[in-house]
Amino acid sequence: MSRPRSPAREQAISVSVATGAYGISFGALSIAAGLDVWQTMALSLLVFTGGSQFAFIGVLGAGGAPIAAVVTSTFLGIRNGFYGVALAPVLRPLNGPRKAWAAQVTIDESTAVALAQPADDVPARRDGFWWAGVGVFVLWNAFTVVGAALGSAIGDPGRWGLDAAAAAAFLALLWPRLAPRRAQLVAAASAIVALALTPVLPAGLPILAAAVVAIVAGWRGPRSGEAVPE
Amino acid sequence: MSPYTWTWIAIVGAAALAFAIKFAGHSVPEHWLENPRVHRIAGYITVAMLAALFAVQAFTTRGMLTVDSRLAAVGVAVVLLWRKAPFWLVVLAAAATAAALRALGLP
Repeated sequence: MSRPRSPAREQAISVSVATGAYGISFGALSIAAGLDVWQTMALSLLVFTGGSQFAFIGVLGAGGAPIAAVVTSTFLGIRNGFYGVALAPVLRPLNGPRKAWAAQVTIDESTAVALAQPADDVPARRDGFWWAGVGVFVLWNAFTVVGAALGSAIGDPGRWGLDAAAAAAFLALLWPRLAPRRAQLVAAASAIVALALTPVLPAGLPILAAAVVAIVAGWRGPRSGEAVPE
Repeated sequence: MSPYTWTWIAIVGAAALAFAIKFAGHSVPEHWLENPRVHRIAGYITVAMLAALFAVQAFTTRGMLTVDSRLAAVGVAVVLLWRKAPFWLVVLAAAATAAALRALGLP
């Protein structure tokens, strides 16, 4: 790339710093949920998709079974599969270790930066994907370690408001997806279903039950012109 | 096996499934996932689960519905999100709000 300035790379770097920084909250909240430093680092290195990681520790922290944590985290990762399809015109053909790496760094941020570049500029889109994907990967993992170290040092998580921080983290992940009217209804219905079922079902299952709301909402198409969340 | 070991098994399982989904997206023929119903449901699943996770994290304690300092913290988070504050600030302000109220003796 001999261009003097690359908007794709600049965007990728700022997105990486912003996203990486909230690895601190993931690290600290994971410790508060009862995982140790190694488990926290393994989640960021291996699972590497923020929403799924927060979900995993959220279910375990609420006393849920490990299988419920796995299923919830997997449901939240389904969208990454669609990102791979959306990126096909940008990245394919992909083979071997390069394909494995592309898969591992296929997340909200790398897809967003790639697709934010002009549609006719495939090199810029590819640049945006790789710089954001690898950038977020490096910084997310580095800040996870920092957060885990902080989380281990502070003792009682409630005294520091970490339970409230976890709720705010889920809300902040949800917020940008709430623009379509029907997404707001789905979110409200899901929250009510999960709260209503919490006293009667084992921890973790009320969250999975909310997936039924999504299936009902998505079965019939929205009225024309209404956007569907990604 | 100990709960600690089970947590490790769950981490490895979640990682394998997360990777399999990502890898599959780069492997399937492009027309496979173009079904609009599949697309819509996948989009709503993300919204539904994040909303459920938020509600349970904000308003329940060990299987019981509760309202405590987290409610005020959520209010602060909503204002900051509405004002387009960055993620880290939203999370930090929510924690600080709950911590401050608890330091004053509230639940």
